[in-house]
Amino acid sequence: MDERSALFEYLLRLGDDRLVLGHRLSEWCGHGPILEEDIALANISLDLVGQATLLLKLAGETEGKGRNEDALAYFRDGIEYRNLQLAELPNGDYAYTIMRQFLFDVYSYHLLDRLRSSSHSELAGIAAKGFKEVRYHVRHSSEWVARLGDGTEESHVRSQNALDDLWRFAGEIFVPDEVDMEMTARGIGPDLLAIKPQWELVVRDVVTRATLTMPADKYMVGGGRKGRHTEFLGHMLAEMQIVARSHPGAEW
Amino acid sequence: MKAHPSKESILEILAKVMDPELPMIDVVELGIVRDVDIGDAGIVVDVTPTYSGCPAMQVIERDIVSTLDLHGFPGAKVRTIYSPPWTTDWISDTTKRKLEEYGIAPPHLVTDRDGGIAELVSLRRARPTIACPFCGSANTSERSEFGSTACKAIHFCNGCHQPFDYFKSF
Repeated sequence: MDERSALFEYLLRLGDDRLVLGHRLSEWCGHGPILEEDIALANISLDLVGQATLLLKLAGETEGKGRNEDALAYFRDGIEYRNLQLAELPNGDYAYTIMRQFLFDVYSYHLLDRLRSSSHSELAGIAAKGFKEVRYHVRHSSEWVARLGDGTEESHVRSQNALDDLWRFAGEIFVPDEVDMEMTARGIGPDLLAIKPQWELVVRDVVTRATLTMPADKYMVGGGRKGRHTEFLGHMLAEMQIVARSHPGAEW
Repeated sequence: MKAHPSKESILEILAKVMDPELPMIDVVELGIVRDVDIGDAGIVVDVTPTYSGCPAMQVIERDIVSTLDLHGFPGAKVRTIYSPPWTTDWISDTTKRKLEEYGIAPPHLVTDRDGGIAELVSLRRARPTIACPFCGSANTSERSEFGSTACKAIHFCNGCHQPFDYFKSF
Protein backbone atom coordinates (compact mmCIF):
# COMPACT_ATOMS: atom_id res chain seq x y z
CA MET A 1 0.00 0.00 0.00
CA ASP A 2 1.46 3.36 -1.00
CA GLU A 3 1.69 6.22 1.46
CA ARG A 4 -1.16 8.26 0.01
CA SER A 5 -3.66 5.36 0.11
CA ALA A 6 -2.58 4.47 3.65
CA LEU A 7 -2.98 8.07 4.80
CA PHE A 8 -6.39 8.31 3.13
CA GLU A 9 -7.53 5.12 4.88
CA TYR A 10 -6.14 6.35 8.18
CA LEU A 11 -7.92 9.70 7.96
CA LEU A 12 -11.18 7.96 7.04
CA ARG A 13 -10.90 5.84 10.17
CA LEU A 14 -10.32 8.87 12.37
CA GLY A 15 -13.09 10.85 10.70
CA ASP A 16 -15.65 8.02 10.51
CA ASP A 17 -15.30 7.12 14.21
CA ARG A 18 -16.21 10.69 15.12
CA LEU A 19 -18.92 11.16 12.52
CA VAL A 20 -20.75 7.94 13.37
CA LEU A 21 -20.46 8.31 17.15
CA GLY A 22 -21.35 11.99 16.90
CA HIS A 23 -24.46 11.15 14.92
CA ARG A 24 -25.44 8.49 17.45
CA LEU A 25 -25.12 11.00 20.28
CA SER A 26 -27.21 13.53 18.36
CA GLU A 27 -30.09 11.02 18.49
CA TRP A 28 -30.37 11.87 22.21
CA CYS A 29 -31.12 15.50 21.42
CA GLY A 30 -34.52 16.24 22.95
CA HIS A 31 -34.58 12.84 24.71
CA GLY A 32 -31.90 13.28 27.41
CA PRO A 33 -32.77 12.08 30.93
CA ILE A 34 -32.29 15.60 32.35
CA LEU A 35 -31.90 18.93 30.59
CA GLU A 36 -28.19 19.32 31.44
CA GLU A 37 -27.40 15.91 29.96
CA ASP A 38 -29.43 16.59 26.85
CA ILE A 39 -27.33 19.73 26.34
CA ALA A 40 -24.08 17.95 27.21
CA LEU A 41 -24.58 15.16 24.68
CA ALA A 42 -25.58 17.65 21.98
CA ASN A 43 -22.38 19.60 22.68
CA ILE A 44 -20.18 16.51 22.59
CA SER A 45 -21.92 15.42 19.40
CA LEU A 46 -21.17 18.81 17.85
CA ASP A 47 -17.49 18.56 18.82
CA LEU A 48 -17.23 15.08 17.30
CA VAL A 49 -18.98 16.00 14.06
CA GLY A 50 -16.78 19.13 13.90
CA GLN A 51 -13.65 17.01 14.28
CA ALA A 52 -14.99 14.60 11.65
CA THR A 53 -15.56 17.48 9.23
CA LEU A 54 -11.92 18.56 9.49
CA LEU A 55 -10.60 15.01 9.22
CA LEU A 56 -12.78 14.01 6.26
CA LYS A 57 -11.93 17.25 4.47
CA LEU A 58 -8.26 16.38 4.85
CA ALA A 59 -9.02 12.80 3.74
CA GLY A 60 -10.68 14.11 0.57
CA GLU A 61 -7.72 16.38 -0.20
CA THR A 62 -5.34 13.48 0.39
CA GLU A 63 -7.29 11.23 -1.95
CA GLY A 64 -7.20 13.92 -4.64
CA LYS A 65 -10.34 12.80 -6.49
CA GLY A 66 -12.40 15.89 -5.76
CA ARG A 67 -14.41 14.44 -2.88
CA ASN A 68 -15.00 16.89 -0.03
CA GLU A 69 -16.14 16.13 3.51
CA ASP A 70 -19.82 16.14 2.52
CA ALA A 71 -19.27 13.73 -0.37
CA LEU A 72 -17.44 11.37 1.97
CA ALA A 73 -20.08 11.62 4.69
CA TYR A 74 -23.22 11.37 2.56
CA PHE A 75 -22.29 9.39 -0.52
CA ARG A 76 -20.47 6.37 0.85
CA ASP A 77 -22.31 3.17 1.76
CA GLY A 78 -21.78 1.26 4.99
CA ILE A 79 -19.19 -1.06 3.46
CA GLU A 80 -17.03 1.99 2.68
CA TYR A 81 -17.17 3.28 6.25
CA ARG A 82 -14.08 2.64 8.35
CA ASN A 83 -15.34 3.35 11.87
CA LEU A 84 -15.05 1.03 14.84
CA GLN A 85 -18.14 -1.08 15.39
CA LEU A 86 -18.19 0.36 18.92
CA ALA A 87 -19.10 3.77 17.47
CA GLU A 88 -22.15 2.57 15.53
CA LEU A 89 -23.93 0.57 18.26
CA PRO A 90 -27.40 1.85 19.11
CA ASN A 91 -27.72 4.11 22.13
CA GLY A 92 -29.50 1.65 24.45
CA ASP A 93 -30.21 3.07 27.89
CA TYR A 94 -28.25 5.95 29.38
CA ALA A 95 -25.78 3.63 31.13
CA TYR A 96 -25.03 2.04 27.75
CA THR A 97 -24.55 5.36 25.95
CA ILE A 98 -22.27 6.64 28.72
CA MET A 99 -20.19 3.45 28.85
CA ARG A 100 -19.76 3.38 25.05
CA GLN A 101 -18.72 7.02 25.18
CA PHE A 102 -16.32 6.46 28.06
CA LEU A 103 -14.49 3.58 26.34
CA PHE A 104 -14.14 5.71 23.20
CA ASP A 105 -13.25 8.99 24.95
CA VAL A 106 -10.33 7.49 26.85
CA TYR A 107 -8.97 6.02 23.60
CA SER A 108 -9.53 9.31 21.76
CA TYR A 109 -7.83 11.28 24.53
CA HIS A 110 -4.61 9.25 24.32
CA LEU A 111 -4.72 9.02 20.53
CA LEU A 112 -5.15 12.77 19.96
CA ASP A 113 -2.55 13.51 22.62
CA ARG A 114 0.00 11.58 20.52
CA LEU A 115 -1.30 12.88 17.18
CA ARG A 116 -0.53 16.42 18.34
CA SER A 117 3.09 15.63 17.54
CA SER A 118 2.35 13.89 14.23
CA SER A 119 4.81 14.50 11.40
CA HIS A 120 1.77 15.53 9.31
CA SER A 121 1.36 19.16 10.35
CA GLU A 122 -2.30 19.59 9.37
CA LEU A 123 -3.29 16.42 11.20
CA ALA A 124 -1.27 17.59 14.21
CA GLY A 125 -3.19 20.90 14.21
CA ILE A 126 -6.59 19.19 14.03
CA ALA A 127 -5.54 16.81 16.83
CA ALA A 128 -4.32 19.65 19.07
CA LYS A 129 -7.72 21.34 18.81
CA GLY A 130 -9.66 18.10 19.28
CA PHE A 131 -7.54 17.10 22.25
CA LYS A 132 -8.69 20.14 24.20
CA GLU A 133 -12.32 19.19 23.50
CA VAL A 134 -11.86 15.53 24.40
CA ARG A 135 -10.48 16.44 27.83
CA TYR A 136 -13.95 17.75 28.62
CA HIS A 137 -15.57 14.66 27.09
CA VAL A 138 -13.55 12.21 29.21
CA ARG A 139 -14.38 14.12 32.35
CA HIS A 140 -18.06 14.00 31.48
CA SER A 141 -18.26 10.30 30.63
CA SER A 142 -15.93 9.08 33.39
CA GLU A 143 -17.79 11.01 36.06
CA TRP A 144 -21.11 9.56 34.88
CA VAL A 145 -19.66 6.02 34.87
CA ALA A 146 -18.70 6.62 38.51
CA ARG A 147 -22.10 8.07 39.44
CA LEU A 148 -24.14 5.36 37.72
CA GLY A 149 -21.90 2.43 38.71
CA ASP A 150 -21.73 3.55 42.34
CA GLY A 151 -25.33 4.80 42.32
CA THR A 152 -28.49 2.80 42.92
CA GLU A 153 -28.81 -0.95 42.62
CA GLU A 154 -30.61 -0.43 39.30
CA SER A 155 -28.02 1.93 37.82
CA HIS A 156 -25.22 -0.38 39.00
CA VAL A 157 -26.73 -3.41 37.27
CA ARG A 158 -27.37 -1.46 34.06
CA SER A 159 -23.80 -0.11 34.05
CA GLN A 160 -22.29 -3.55 34.57
CA ASN A 161 -24.48 -5.01 31.81
CA ALA A 162 -23.39 -2.22 29.48
CA LEU A 163 -19.72 -2.77 30.25
CA ASP A 164 -20.02 -6.55 29.79
CA ASP A 165 -21.84 -6.16 26.48
CA LEU A 166 -19.53 -3.44 25.09
CA TRP A 167 -16.27 -5.07 26.11
CA ARG A 168 -16.09 -7.35 23.07
CA PHE A 169 -16.27 -4.27 20.84
CA ALA A 170 -13.36 -2.56 22.60
CA GLY A 171 -10.77 -5.07 21.40
CA GLU A 172 -10.95 -3.73 17.85
CA ILE A 173 -9.52 -0.38 18.93
CA PHE A 174 -6.06 -1.80 19.51
CA VAL A 175 -5.47 -4.16 16.61
CA PRO A 176 -2.92 -2.43 14.35
CA ASP A 177 -2.93 -3.50 10.70
CA GLU A 178 -0.83 -2.52 7.67
CA VAL A 179 -2.36 0.98 7.57
CA ASP A 180 -1.51 1.69 11.20
CA MET A 181 1.98 0.28 10.79
CA GLU A 182 2.61 2.42 7.72
CA MET A 183 1.45 5.51 9.64
CA THR A 184 3.60 4.65 12.65
CA ALA A 185 6.63 4.04 10.45
CA ARG A 186 6.23 7.50 8.92
CA GLY A 187 5.71 9.22 12.24
CA ILE A 188 2.18 10.21 11.24
CA GLY A 189 0.21 8.10 13.71
CA PRO A 190 1.12 6.59 17.08
CA ASP A 191 1.64 2.92 17.86
CA LEU A 192 -1.76 1.65 19.02
CA LEU A 193 -0.12 -0.97 21.19
CA ALA A 194 1.64 1.78 23.13
CA ILE A 195 -1.69 3.50 23.80
CA LYS A 196 -3.43 0.34 24.99
CA PRO A 197 -1.83 0.17 28.47
CA GLN A 198 -2.62 3.86 29.06
CA TRP A 199 -6.24 3.24 28.04
CA GLU A 200 -6.48 0.21 30.31
CA LEU A 201 -5.04 2.12 33.25
CA VAL A 202 -7.71 4.84 33.09
CA VAL A 203 -10.55 2.42 32.28
CA ARG A 204 -9.60 0.16 35.19
CA ASP A 205 -9.30 3.10 37.56
CA VAL A 206 -12.74 4.46 36.72
CA VAL A 207 -14.45 1.06 36.56
CA THR A 208 -13.04 0.11 39.97
CA ARG A 209 -14.01 3.45 41.47
CA ALA A 210 -17.51 2.90 40.07
CA THR A 211 -17.63 -0.40 42.04
CA LEU A 212 -17.97 -2.27 38.73
CA THR A 213 -16.09 -5.39 37.66
CA MET A 214 -13.68 -5.39 34.71
CA PRO A 215 -14.85 -7.98 32.18
CA ALA A 216 -12.52 -10.73 31.03
CA ASP A 217 -11.37 -10.72 27.39
CA LYS A 218 -13.46 -13.30 25.56
CA TYR A 219 -14.27 -13.42 21.87
CA MET A 220 -13.58 -9.92 20.58
CA VAL A 221 -15.46 -8.80 17.50
CA GLY A 222 -14.07 -6.44 14.89
CA GLY A 223 -13.83 -5.62 11.23
CA GLY A 224 -15.11 -2.05 11.17
CA ARG A 225 -11.74 -0.80 9.92
CA LYS A 226 -12.20 -3.03 6.85
CA GLY A 227 -15.81 -2.03 6.23
CA ARG A 228 -17.44 -4.97 8.06
CA HIS A 229 -20.13 -3.55 10.27
CA THR A 230 -23.01 -4.56 12.49
CA GLU A 231 -26.52 -4.49 11.08
CA PHE A 232 -27.05 -1.17 12.86
CA LEU A 233 -24.81 1.04 10.73
CA GLY A 234 -26.87 0.79 7.55
CA HIS A 235 -30.03 1.94 9.31
CA MET A 236 -28.20 4.86 10.86
CA LEU A 237 -26.65 5.92 7.55
CA ALA A 238 -30.02 5.68 5.79
CA GLU A 239 -31.37 8.30 8.16
CA MET A 240 -28.22 10.42 8.13
CA GLN A 241 -27.83 10.43 4.36
CA ILE A 242 -31.37 10.57 3.02
CA VAL A 243 -31.67 14.35 2.61
CA ALA A 244 -28.32 14.70 0.85
CA ARG A 245 -29.06 11.75 -1.43
CA SER A 246 -32.62 12.86 -2.25
CA HIS A 247 -31.43 16.35 -3.12
CA PRO A 248 -27.81 16.03 -4.27
CA GLY A 249 -25.99 19.34 -4.43
CA ALA A 250 -28.76 21.19 -2.61
CA GLU A 251 -27.68 24.33 -0.75
CA TRP A 252 -29.45 26.43 1.81
CA MET B 1 -2.15 51.90 -8.50
CA LYS B 2 -3.76 52.34 -5.12
CA ALA B 3 -1.43 51.82 -2.17
CA HIS B 4 -2.10 48.81 0.04
CA PRO B 5 -4.03 49.61 3.22
CA SER B 6 -2.19 49.09 6.49
CA LYS B 7 -2.81 45.97 8.55
CA GLU B 8 -3.95 48.19 11.43
CA SER B 9 -6.66 49.80 9.32
CA ILE B 10 -7.98 46.39 8.24
CA LEU B 11 -7.96 45.11 11.83
CA GLU B 12 -9.89 48.22 12.80
CA ILE B 13 -12.60 47.31 10.28
CA LEU B 14 -12.57 43.66 11.40
CA ALA B 15 -13.18 44.84 14.97
CA LYS B 16 -16.69 45.76 13.76
CA VAL B 17 -17.45 42.05 13.17
CA MET B 18 -19.15 40.67 16.26
CA ASP B 19 -19.33 37.04 17.33
CA PRO B 20 -22.96 36.04 16.63
CA GLU B 21 -23.13 34.10 19.90
CA LEU B 22 -21.41 36.84 21.95
CA PRO B 23 -22.77 40.04 20.39
CA MET B 24 -20.67 42.33 22.65
CA ILE B 25 -17.33 40.78 21.65
CA ASP B 26 -15.65 41.28 18.26
CA VAL B 27 -13.72 38.59 16.43
CA VAL B 28 -10.36 40.35 16.80
CA GLU B 29 -10.46 40.61 20.59
CA LEU B 30 -11.80 37.07 20.85
CA GLY B 31 -8.66 35.84 19.08
CA ILE B 32 -10.48 34.31 16.11
CA VAL B 33 -8.69 36.63 13.64
CA ARG B 34 -5.06 35.52 13.76
CA ASP B 35 -3.48 37.55 10.96
CA VAL B 36 -4.16 39.68 7.93
CA ASP B 37 -2.20 39.36 4.72
CA ILE B 38 -2.40 42.29 2.32
CA GLY B 39 -0.93 41.70 -1.10
CA ASP B 40 -1.47 42.50 -4.77
CA ALA B 41 -3.92 39.61 -4.97
CA GLY B 42 -6.09 41.13 -2.25
CA ILE B 43 -6.73 40.71 1.43
CA VAL B 44 -6.51 37.34 3.13
CA VAL B 45 -7.75 37.06 6.71
CA ASP B 46 -6.48 34.12 8.77
CA VAL B 47 -9.05 32.85 11.21
CA THR B 48 -9.00 29.98 13.67
CA PRO B 49 -12.14 28.29 15.02
CA THR B 50 -12.81 28.28 18.75
CA TYR B 51 -14.17 24.71 18.79
CA SER B 52 -13.96 22.19 15.90
CA GLY B 53 -17.71 22.19 15.43
CA CYS B 54 -18.49 25.81 16.27
CA PRO B 55 -21.58 26.61 14.17
CA ALA B 56 -20.82 30.35 14.34
CA MET B 57 -17.70 30.04 12.17
CA GLN B 58 -19.52 30.09 8.84
CA VAL B 59 -21.45 33.21 9.85
CA ILE B 60 -18.25 34.84 11.07
CA GLU B 61 -16.45 34.12 7.78
CA ARG B 62 -19.35 35.56 5.81
CA ASP B 63 -19.49 38.65 8.05
CA ILE B 64 -15.75 39.24 7.66
CA VAL B 65 -16.02 39.25 3.86
CA SER B 66 -19.16 41.42 3.78
CA THR B 67 -17.84 43.94 6.35
CA LEU B 68 -14.60 44.42 4.41
CA ASP B 69 -16.65 44.78 1.23
CA LEU B 70 -18.80 47.44 2.89
CA HIS B 71 -15.65 49.41 3.79
CA GLY B 72 -14.27 49.39 0.29
CA PHE B 73 -12.32 46.13 0.23
CA PRO B 74 -14.29 43.68 -1.91
CA GLY B 75 -13.22 40.13 -2.64
CA ALA B 76 -11.39 39.41 0.63
CA LYS B 77 -10.57 35.78 1.30
CA VAL B 78 -10.76 33.93 4.60
CA ARG B 79 -8.23 31.22 5.34
CA THR B 80 -8.81 28.82 8.23
CA ILE B 81 -5.80 27.76 10.27
CA TYR B 82 -5.74 25.25 13.12
CA SER B 83 -2.36 25.71 14.69
CA PRO B 84 -1.75 26.96 17.31
CA PRO B 85 -5.19 25.96 18.62
CA TRP B 86 -7.41 28.76 19.94
CA THR B 87 -7.27 29.33 23.67
CA THR B 88 -9.25 31.55 26.04
CA ASP B 89 -5.88 32.80 27.32
CA TRP B 90 -5.82 35.08 24.25
CA ILE B 91 -8.81 37.02 25.61
CA SER B 92 -7.65 40.26 27.23
CA ASP B 93 -8.70 41.52 30.67
CA THR B 94 -10.71 44.32 29.04
CA THR B 95 -12.69 41.77 27.03
CA LYS B 96 -13.16 39.58 30.10
CA ARG B 97 -14.73 42.56 31.85
CA LYS B 98 -17.14 42.97 28.90
CA LEU B 99 -18.18 39.34 29.27
CA GLU B 100 -18.81 39.86 32.97
CA GLU B 101 -20.87 43.00 32.38
CA TYR B 102 -22.99 41.03 29.91
CA GLY B 103 -23.67 38.39 32.58
CA ILE B 104 -21.14 35.71 31.57
CA ALA B 105 -18.47 34.75 34.10
CA PRO B 106 -15.11 35.13 32.28
CA PRO B 107 -12.65 32.24 31.78
CA HIS B 108 -9.76 31.50 34.10
CA LEU B 109 -6.28 31.00 32.71
CA VAL B 110 -5.81 27.54 31.26
CA THR B 111 -3.72 25.26 33.36
CA ASP B 112 -2.64 23.00 30.55
CA ARG B 113 -1.24 19.52 31.09
CA ASP B 114 -2.81 18.80 34.39
CA GLY B 115 -2.24 15.87 36.61
CA GLY B 116 -3.14 13.00 34.25
CA ILE B 117 -5.72 10.55 35.58
CA ALA B 118 -6.75 12.65 38.59
CA GLU B 119 -7.76 15.55 36.38
CA LEU B 120 -9.67 13.28 34.01
CA VAL B 121 -11.66 11.09 36.33
CA SER B 122 -12.04 12.62 39.76
CA LEU B 123 -15.43 13.97 40.72
CA ARG B 124 -13.65 15.85 43.48
CA ARG B 125 -10.99 17.48 41.31
CA ALA B 126 -10.00 21.02 42.24
CA ARG B 127 -12.16 23.60 40.52
CA PRO B 128 -11.48 27.32 40.44
CA THR B 129 -13.94 29.54 42.27
CA ILE B 130 -16.28 31.14 39.74
CA ALA B 131 -17.83 34.35 41.03
CA CYS B 132 -21.45 35.05 40.11
CA PRO B 133 -21.53 37.75 37.39
CA PHE B 134 -24.82 39.07 38.79
CA CYS B 135 -24.25 39.43 42.56
CA GLY B 136 -20.51 38.71 42.89
CA SER B 137 -21.00 35.84 45.33
CA ALA B 138 -18.26 33.22 45.40
CA ASN B 139 -20.76 30.68 46.69
CA THR B 140 -21.51 29.09 43.31
CA SER B 141 -21.58 25.54 41.99
CA GLU B 142 -21.01 23.90 38.63
CA ARG B 143 -24.11 22.31 37.10
CA SER B 144 -22.58 21.08 33.86
CA GLU B 145 -19.41 21.66 31.86
CA PHE B 146 -21.60 21.86 28.74
CA GLY B 147 -23.93 24.80 28.21
CA SER B 148 -25.88 26.87 25.71
CA THR B 149 -22.93 27.03 23.29
CA ALA B 150 -19.72 25.00 22.93
CA CYS B 151 -17.75 27.67 24.77
CA LYS B 152 -19.92 27.93 27.89
CA ALA B 153 -20.64 25.90 31.04
CA ILE B 154 -23.70 26.10 33.30
CA HIS B 155 -23.19 27.31 36.87
CA PHE B 156 -25.57 28.19 39.65
CA CYS B 157 -25.28 30.98 42.22
CA ASN B 158 -26.28 29.96 45.72
CA GLY B 159 -26.24 33.63 46.73
CA CYS B 160 -28.85 35.05 44.36
CA HIS B 161 -30.29 31.67 43.33
CA GLN B 162 -29.83 32.16 39.59
CA PRO B 163 -28.20 30.02 36.96
CA PHE B 164 -25.46 31.73 34.94
CA ASP B 165 -23.07 31.02 32.07
CA TYR B 166 -19.34 30.55 32.60
CA PHE B 167 -17.06 31.04 29.60
CA LYS B 168 -15.07 27.81 29.75
CA SER B 169 -11.34 27.94 30.24
CA PHE B 170 -10.09 26.28 27.05
